[in-house]
Amino acid sequence: MTTVYDDVGDQAAGDVPMRRIAFTINGARKIAEVEPRLLLAHLIRRGVGLTGTHMGCDTTNCGACTVLVDGKPIKSCTMLAVQADGHEITTVEGLASASELHPLQEGFRAEHGLQCGFCTPGMMLAAKALLDVNPDPTEEDVRWALSGNLCRCTGYQNIVKSVLWAAAKLRSQSAG
Amino acid sequence: MYPSRFRYEAPRSLEEAIRLLHEGGDEAKIMAGGQSLVPLMKLRFASPELIVDINNVPGLDYHRADPDGTLRVGALCRHADLERSDLLKQAQPTMAAAAPLIADPLVRNRGTLVGSLCHADPQGDWASVVVALGGSVVARGPGGRRAIPAAEFVTGPFENALAHDEIAVEAVIPAPVGTRSGGYLKLERRVGDFATVGVAVALETSDGSVTRAGIALTGVGGSTIAATQAAAALMGGPLTPESIERAAEAAAEAAQPRSDHRGSAEYKRHMVRTFVVRLLSRDGASVGKAA
Repeated sequence: MTTVYDDVGDQAAGDVPMRRIAFTINGARKIAEVEPRLLLAHLIRRGVGLTGTHMGCDTTNCGACTVLVDGKPIKSCTMLAVQADGHEITTVEGLASASELHPLQEGFRAEHGLQCGFCTPGMMLAAKALLDVNPDPTEEDVRWALSGNLCRCTGYQNIVKSVLWAAAKLRSQSAG
Repeated sequence: MYPSRFRYEAPRSLEEAIRLLHEGGDEAKIMAGGQSLVPLMKLRFASPELIVDINNVPGLDYHRADPDGTLRVGALCRHADLERSDLLKQAQPTMAAAAPLIADPLVRNRGTLVGSLCHADPQGDWASVVVALGGSVVARGPGGRRAIPAAEFVTGPFENALAHDEIAVEAVIPAPVGTRSGGYLKLERRVGDFATVGVAVALETSDGSVTRAGIALTGVGGSTIAATQAAAALMGGPLTPESIERAAEAAAEAAQPRSDHRGSAEYKRHMVRTFVVRLLSRDGASVGKAA
């Protein structure tokens, strides 16, 4: 079977071999040939074509590029794509099912958890990692878990409410 | 931003990693969490020709206590592992206080304590903590293993005592002789920022008397500062308001802060003093109870 990838402008120099990596993204198994200096965020956006992962500061400060690697939130601008070899990645595109939004996405809509929306994918993934281990967080827990994700619009009030809304919805779903 | 081009190897054993380092000479660099190295490479402050990624080396992600209480932290133990550690909460108050203050939750999921020590940023929190605890770093190279006291491991800003073909495989915190107490306080402008000022205090007491003291300072000098005179001021007796005052004064004198966008030198020195008093006053209460 042949898989075709977007050109990510990632041509290795003669003395730097490309690396072949296998990874899973949002449940789909992928194989890619990457130059070692390609960042995970580049692979996701330009290689796989999933542009929901945003590049904000590109300096490990803002958390806009947050994705889950093996369920843990990390900054994809600060991990090499080759390091995804053998690992499982979840991006914001992996939250919703074909028919419905994830409760976190519903929560951000219901509680007005975004204005410009640039930080939102990273916020939702950091929040998902929290709710996966702590289904009933306090406001303090939510603020702590999101403390690596910066938002320049909202003042965080509604983001925190959105995550608490999603937590309540997820709890009611699992109770029902 | 892209780093400069580099060759990438991800060995599956320490022996292989050491061989790659040995062959790579000064242009080879170990990557563990990469949370300092990748940003430096993107900004082209570092342009190693060979990256030896040790994330696939098995058996380095531990932190555990020996039967005698010696704590060992492996090269792939992440900050988040330490933040969640019951072992630290029970037996390592200074480390337990510092772990949640490292960078931000996302960085803590990848960054490592041992990598932080190797990076030797004057504003790195772990170096102060490990120095205050009298810890050491175990290095492995072609010639075998050696332990380097943490106070000697950091040789200057962004410089460590490793030879080019040595890997720091674990940090070691010696077992306490008496009852261990202490803490870490960090002043930062926002979560994830480097420390404006950080102070680590590690004490051991027996029968209400201080038998070992360590105080180290973050972010107030060209490298981590061991405030040895401040620690000495606490030795041999119970903590008293007078001894705490002497230690705080000596720690403030040991600081070599510079005025910058995070605060004036005078302010930083004042905060060192304040943090030492706060940390020791808190301990004073627990030491009093134990006695």
